[in-house]
Order: sequence, then C-alpha cells, then structure tokens
Amino acid sequence: MTGTKLLMDFEVTPTSHTLAAYRARGGYATLEKVLRTLRPEEVTKEVAASGILGHGGAAFPAGRKWGVIRLNDEQPHYLCANADEGEPGTFKDRWILEHAPHLLIESMAIAAFALQVRHAFVYIRGEFDLPWRRIAGAVEEAYAAGWLGEGIAGTGFALDLVVYRGAGSYVCGEASGLLSSLEGRKGYPRNRPPRLTVRGLYQRPTVVNNVETLANIAGIVRDGAVAFRKVGTAKSPGTQLISISGHVERPGVYEVEYGYPFARFVREDCGGVLGGLGLKCVIPGGISTKVLTAADIEPLTLDHASVTSAGSGLGSGGMVVIAEGTCMVRLLQVLVRFYHHESCGQCTPCREGMGWMHRIVDRIVAGKGEPGDIDRLIAISNANDGTTICGMGDAAGYATVGIIAKYRDEFEHWIRHGRSLHDGRLEAIDHEWARAEALHG
Amino acid sequence: MRRRFPGGFESSLVLPCLRRIQEDRGWVADADIDALAAWLGVPRVQIEEVLSFYTQFRRAPIGRIHLQACRNLSCCLRGAESVIDHLRERLGIEPGQTTRDGRWSLSTVECLGSCGTAPVVMVNETYHERMTPERLDGLLERLGR
Repeated sequence: MTGTKLLMDFEVTPTSHTLAAYRARGGYATLEKVLRTLRPEEVTKEVAASGILGHGGAAFPAGRKWGVIRLNDEQPHYLCANADEGEPGTFKDRWILEHAPHLLIESMAIAAFALQVRHAFVYIRGEFDLPWRRIAGAVEEAYAAGWLGEGIAGTGFALDLVVYRGAGSYVCGEASGLLSSLEGRKGYPRNRPPRLTVRGLYQRPTVVNNVETLANIAGIVRDGAVAFRKVGTAKSPGTQLISISGHVERPGVYEVEYGYPFARFVREDCGGVLGGLGLKCVIPGGISTKVLTAADIEPLTLDHASVTSAGSGLGSGGMVVIAEGTCMVRLLQVLVRFYHHESCGQCTPCREGMGWMHRIVDRIVAGKGEPGDIDRLIAISNANDGTTICGMGDAAGYATVGIIAKYRDEFEHWIRHGRSLHDGRLEAIDHEWARAEALHG
Repeated sequence: MRRRFPGGFESSLVLPCLRRIQEDRGWVADADIDALAAWLGVPRVQIEEVLSFYTQFRRAPIGRIHLQACRNLSCCLRGAESVIDHLRERLGIEPGQTTRDGRWSLSTVECLGSCGTAPVVMVNETYHERMTPERLDGLLERLGR
C-alpha cells in the first residue's frame, strides 16, 4: 500500500462516476457548507495554509497563485482546469475525469467562489473521448441538480462551467498556450510578466490549475489544512497520482502519499520490471524530467524535494520504467521526434533546435553519426535553456542532456560502429522466449 | 454551449464550431471557413491558422475508418513499432495515406494519454488498448478488413 488515499478513496464501479454515487459519498456537501458559511478569502486562506503544490508538473503552490487574484477589483475573473494532459507518460488526470468528474466540478465551484469567478472552463485535450463524455455528462447532471448555473444551493452564487475541447497540440498544456487556445486561436504560449493571474483569458485575471490540484480542493476545505498537512511530507503535503507505464509489470494510476519510498513503489506496488527483467532506469515525472538509473532511485522518496535532489523532478507524476537491454539512443530518438513535432514554432531556438536535434539523432541511428554529434546535442540543449517563451525548449534539453549524461557510451558506440550497443529495441525482450533461448541455445 | 460562455467570447467558438463541422462532413472545406468567419465575426486568417495549427483538424477528406497509432515512448516500450508495421502491412499503406477505396486511413500520433494500457490505436474516436498484432487482426476483422 502506498499510504493515505485522498482522491482514490472509493471503489470504482460502472456507476461510481455518477452524481447519485457521488452524493452518496457525501459529495457537494462541502460546496453547500462553503456557500452558506464561509467568505471567499477564508477559502483561499485554507488552501494557502494547506501548502498544496500544483500537480501539473511545476509544483507551484496553488495558494500563492490564488493569492494574486484581487477580490472586488470590478473586473471578471476566470478559472480554468487544465485537462490537456499530454506530457508523454502521464495519464492520471484522465482517471479523475473518468472516475471522479463530480469531485472536480465541486472543487471548481468552491474555487470559483473563493476567486469570485462567474465563468469557469475545463480545457480537455481533443483526443480524450471517454473522459470528455464523463466530464461533460457530469456537468449536465450538475446543472440539472442545481450545483451549477444560477442560485447554487439556494444561495446567490452563480457559476457557468464550459467543457472546452482542444484539437491536438502539446503546447496547449502550457497554461498560457491553453488560454490562447481557449480564445479560439492557435495555442501560442505568452511571455510573462504579466502573469496570467493578472492578465489571462481575454486579458482578465485567470487562474489555471491542473485537474488533480483542483480535485484536492474539496477535501482540503472539508477537512481543513491541518488535516491535509498530516499527509505527505512537510515540503510536499498530500498525495500524488502517479501514472506508471513502460516496462513495468502492473502499469496504471496509483495514489501515492508524498514521501513513499521510490524503489519500493516500483518494485513492490507496481510488481517490478516486466517479466522479471533488470531495471535500467526510470523517467520519474513525464519524459521532460531527467532519467534516473536503478541505483539513483534507491535512496529516494516520492516527493518533490527528494527527486529534485537527484537532479530530476517528480513533474507530472508520469513515470516510465525502462528495462535492462533497452537502447537509449532509440529512446532519445522517440523523444526528440516528439518535441520536434510539437514545437509550436513561435521561438527560434525551439523551432530550429528541435529540428536539429531530431535530425542529428536520426542520422546517428542511420549509422551516419559524426564524432561531434553528442556535444552538438548538448550545445543545442543548452542554447535552448531559458531562451524560449514556454518551458518546452528547456524540457527537451533536460531530457536530452539527462540521457546523454548517463548513457553517453551508447551514443559513442552507435557513432563509432554504426549500430546499437544493444539490439536497438525499445520493446522489452520477450522473456519467455529469451529464457527458452538460454536453455536450449 | 454558447449560452454558457460569457458575452464577447465569439472568438472562443472557433474550435468547437470547426469540430462540429468536421463531425458532420469529415473535413473542413473553404466554404465552411467563409461561413464561420461571417457567422462569428472573426477574421478568416484566424480560422486558417487554427486549422493548420492543430493536428486533429483536416482540410481534405480521409478514409471512413481512421486508425491512429501512438508512437510515443510508453507505447514503443510495449511494442507500438510492431503494431504500426503490422498496420502498414495489413492495409498496404504508409502513415499519412488512405487506401484507394477511400475506406481506411492510417496515421501515427504522439502520446494519447493511454500509456498504462499501451500500445494504443485510436479508431475514429475510440481508444483500443493493449494492442498486439494478433489483437489488431481481430479488430480489423470486426471492422471489415
């Protein structure tokens, strides 16, 4: 077991996502209590005191983000749930959208009350079909039952909630790119300052929070910041939904209390590496975080401070397990192809740099790598760092530099000999076949 | 949907309207762009930009059955490359192409957020997860191949 459960604390059944089931679990009681007994600033104070960190990847304190919004400044404020889950390896928000959509809606209504928001949005990636049907269906249920719309719970509070579908773009997961998209334009990220909480959607103060961050709000307000802080670590309070995939025996979404041992999570809770193979490395928090070797993760715990101390990050909780024998050159090829494909083209270092990196790794794999290519990849990564509007250029560089730093020999081997140090595979070797081969030669 | 938007949000309706047009027609034609620009009062160039920016919008017809195979890391680690090769072979087309009878289209796409049930192939709007060449054969048979 991976500690206290705050979000995955109920049994998933074919109807557990419905309003009736959510009400039976005590759903919307917190919203009602908030609307009847609390003032907006009291809610924000509680959220700030809880110390909850953003769950989208950057781990920025949600309370501080909310604190920028000035109540009674006589302009509209907007709230948007970032459900554009697209960081490769991450599929946790999908779990909330599919199984606990009303928890998100109730939490958003509480947040909207705290931030004096009249119109809120769920920006969901265009490819998500079932998650979209679940959240859109739940919104209709909530409207029909009076938990959205005018006069919620018999009070004067009104909130409209729109589920807005993206159309296929990684950069729209970046909060300012998301708002550009929500304005019906291409999803170009914007320069900060001004912060989005000062000038966001249509130049109005806007809070963009990750789905999982928002889903925690109802529980925080219901049980109080003190109770929330009893879970997790001092610097990372609460839990994290970790989505684990790749060469792992039991992939899926796990709710993990911050501070839980990293290696034990992979080895025991997730069943270890597929087919009993050895562990080569783990990408801890989405492909943009630096890779950690099997030895690296041994002393670590699953919280931001610990994973950051190893030079990586817990990011979005999108963990990818990689078995012994996997070719890291081919792995990087998949990553840079992705970054090249998704660069929005606004900033030169990213637009050109991603293409260069993609072509360099492609030519290494084609057996035409040049001796200077490894340093060239590092130089391009470094040139991207901090020189682009959004973090995508930096992220691609971190991933690249991280892999090269730990597996430089594999790149050197391919450049020198024109072939993989391993057999160039990404798919785990079929262990039964390999065992039979070893037995019978 | 429109009544739940705040006033002055006409521009925001570009994406939902294009999605709706594409659901009806399968792709977005020049005439659709003109009509939408007039209806929402947004510049035509904004609609063109949106259409070329997002991967899900199409400016030309594609096959009635659109197979989109994820090629990102988690899917590759679980055999996406064999799945894509198998699809190529079975359909006789490369990613980005449509069969001559206009029935099948094949694309490769980036992460669909289905990494825990990789590899994933999307058939029109629906995810088909934990794909193997054998399971693909069953799926293709059900789809009439």
